[in-house]
Amino acid sequence: MSKASRFFTLTGIAAALHSAGAAAAMEWNFQTPATKNAAEVSELHLVMMVIILVIFVAVFGVMFYSIFAHRKSVGHKAEQFHENTTVEILWTVIPFIILIVMAVPATKVLLAVRDTSGSDITIKATGYQWKWGYDYLRGEGEGISFMSMLSTPRDQIENKAPKDEHYLLEVDNPLVVPVGKKVRVLTTATDVIHSWFVPAFAVKQDAIPGFVRETAFRADREGTFRGQCAELCGKDHGFMPIVVQVVSQEKYSAWVAEQKKKMAAAADDPNKKWELADLVARGEKVFQANCVACHQANGKGVPGTFPALDGSKVVNGPKAAQIAVELNGRPGTAMQAFGKQLSDTEIAAVITYTRNSWGNKTGEAIQPSEIAAARK
Amino acid sequence: MSAVLDQHGHAHEHHPSGIMRWVTTTNHKDIGTMYLWFSFAMFLVGGFMAMVIRAELFQPGLQVVQPQVFNEMTTYHGLIMVFGAIMPAFVGFANWQIPMMIGAPDMAFPRMNNWSFWLLPPAALLLVTSLFVPGGGAGVGWTMYAPLTVQQGPSMDMMIFAVHLLGMSSIMGSINIITTLLNMRAPGMTMMKMPMFCWTWLITAYLLIAVMPVLAGAVTMTLTDRHFGTSFFSAAGGGDPVLYQHIFWFFGHPEVYIIAIPAFGVISQVIPTFSRKPLFGYASMVYATASIAILSFIVWAHHMYTVGLPTAGQLYFMYATMLIAVPTGVKVFNWVATMWKGSLTFETPMLFAIGFLFLFTLGGFSGLVLALTAVDVQMQDTYYVVAHFHYVMVAGALFAAFAGIYYWLPKWTGRMYNETLGKWHFWLSIIFFNLTFFVQHFLGIAGMPRRIPDYAPQFAEFNKISSIGAFGFGLSQLLLLYIVVSTIRSGKKAPERPWEGADTLEWTHLPTPAPYHSFEKPPVVK
Repeated sequence: MSKASRFFTLTGIAAALHSAGAAAAMEWNFQTPATKNAAEVSELHLVMMVIILVIFVAVFGVMFYSIFAHRKSVGHKAEQFHENTTVEILWTVIPFIILIVMAVPATKVLLAVRDTSGSDITIKATGYQWKWGYDYLRGEGEGISFMSMLSTPRDQIENKAPKDEHYLLEVDNPLVVPVGKKVRVLTTATDVIHSWFVPAFAVKQDAIPGFVRETAFRADREGTFRGQCAELCGKDHGFMPIVVQVVSQEKYSAWVAEQKKKMAAAADDPNKKWELADLVARGEKVFQANCVACHQANGKGVPGTFPALDGSKVVNGPKAAQIAVELNGRPGTAMQAFGKQLSDTEIAAVITYTRNSWGNKTGEAIQPSEIAAARK
Repeated sequence: MSAVLDQHGHAHEHHPSGIMRWVTTTNHKDIGTMYLWFSFAMFLVGGFMAMVIRAELFQPGLQVVQPQVFNEMTTYHGLIMVFGAIMPAFVGFANWQIPMMIGAPDMAFPRMNNWSFWLLPPAALLLVTSLFVPGGGAGVGWTMYAPLTVQQGPSMDMMIFAVHLLGMSSIMGSINIITTLLNMRAPGMTMMKMPMFCWTWLITAYLLIAVMPVLAGAVTMTLTDRHFGTSFFSAAGGGDPVLYQHIFWFFGHPEVYIIAIPAFGVISQVIPTFSRKPLFGYASMVYATASIAILSFIVWAHHMYTVGLPTAGQLYFMYATMLIAVPTGVKVFNWVATMWKGSLTFETPMLFAIGFLFLFTLGGFSGLVLALTAVDVQMQDTYYVVAHFHYVMVAGALFAAFAGIYYWLPKWTGRMYNETLGKWHFWLSIIFFNLTFFVQHFLGIAGMPRRIPDYAPQFAEFNKISSIGAFGFGLSQLLLLYIVVSTIRSGKKAPERPWEGADTLEWTHLPTPAPYHSFEKPPVVK
């Protein structure tokens, strides 16, 4: 294949145009491949384009010649032939042969892309409305687990602030993987179907609620690679990017150590007694990160679609009912089971926040221990 | 049979006038006219939604609509264009043309014909009003994938019922078309003498009967999952969200050909007429069309290469999909061979037919690229797919419908359209179409997902170009409305045979305009 593509001067032209930088504003070709698979897919596409171009010129050369030469206005008289068995058999058989020629490399590349065996690290990517959760399941970094959310400020989206370079393609916690190691990604989802898409790796795998699917990549250079959710998943489908940082082995080991330390430090003491004000302050952060997309910053929700929390019967009623909704979600709606995503402290804080914000004034402070009890 | 015809004969002069003429009519020409106007109205509604989509995508950031409304626009644009605009347009052509082309006095079941049309306005009403119910419209995409559909408000149920009505209408229309074509051909018109347009509709009608119930099943399962505690598409209850996609695309892929095959039929009438030469390879055209229809049932999962099918499954669907290029290629070669050594003129119908041939083939090429699983994984759910299917649906089906309208308008109205304006309509359409959709290939290759209301800065330039193209394309279609209305009102009187190369029965055996009742006595075809 590489021979073939060297032969096709188009490669050179494409590369030249690409590096001439058709600047960031006008990307028109594949992102520069960062895996062998992506390079092969790109080459396969190029070979296809060349074959197509040849057929295109042949067929429409004939058509446009005919348009030019067989016009009534130049006095061309119509002939009346309307079949020719030889020709008809030929143009059935020749395309068939061309297709076989295409199918051979296409099959090879597909088999390579689908090979997820022999991985060094296994990571589970879980799609939520509208963020990604990553769990390092096997290999170096096992046990690391975090959420990855869009970090572009709302002001940029609403055109109140200038957009930065990686507008909509930046997250708070990127996925970090070592260069040259085979990473197997297991995808799943909790609510609706999402799709984990990183163009530079030629990886796109749907994340299907209740099922686990797999894909794999082996990045051959360091760098930051950006993609987006590729399956319509509701309102903020356009706002759940994927960012993968490929780093050297040393940096990766350092990152793992740092994550482990952070996780130990971040684990809140579940038995701590919190003051109301502290809970509300912590809860507001949790609310901004997880709830605001639907229930809105003013707690009014979106009438008919996402219920208001301000003045809600559940939020102002007995706390056990609200804790249950928060932990288990409401099946069939966008309200997720946050019990799987948030810690006891976070849930206690966000519930306390909602019960003491806007018009809601219950004055109650929900303690993490109550959430722990409710989980049982 | 003749006794029945006579009864019809007596009723001729008593048809009601005013609005009741249209409500109660059983005349295939009236019904065809209503189908065509209905589809044009839906075309404008769906087109308006496309304008909203392109306005929002004109530059990065949210300007025109919020994300939820954006999703509603893409969803309703798709559903309205597919089920409200394109499909009824070709049923309109079928109603007008099939009886006249085979020498029949009307469709086989005129009352059912009336009913199958009048199911459409309530369906459209349900669909459009569902945008305004509490909770807003269902922003689920025209493919209505579960389990996103389970999260929606009451608009989802209205959408499901609209799909049921549209499906019933299509099935009744198809039964009518099949029965008409099989039983009511004039003496001497054997199957292999039928005009190509009739063949394509015969095949399409069978496709519709086969797959419309499948779609109805898929949306009904969604309905019961939503309200009656079933779990067809929910893993929590033992179901599988991917099952929905299998069922949907078992309908959805043949649906692509339900839209494309009648378009092939129109093109197969127009190109020979303006080439003044018989259609090349008529028999192979029939076999190729039938092969495409059969193959369309066994390739559905190429829409699902990223759901995680087994590799063997992906290989099978890749090979089967590539195979469709063979009969499609035969058709394209036949059309080009029909033009070869003809005596070509380029009136508006022919221009649109050539535009179809050229751009539909481009859509076929990008389809071939998408057939290759490994490449498709890069392209799936990106703008490349959006570009691909608009080449097939707009430059394919819609341009063919335009060709058909200009071609048969003189026969229907007895008046000629303005040729200069027609040519303007063609050139504006083809230029703006390519401006809109060609650049979307680049966006897709560079990795821009579809169905997003906002995008990263590197996609900005092409989106701007695409939006400008879309506004131009949208405005150009108002020209079509003007041309058709001014033709009906004040067009020059059409000659008896406006196209010297046309040789089907409606041109050779009927006056222009076609009388309200035609072929009460069947012609004899040699």
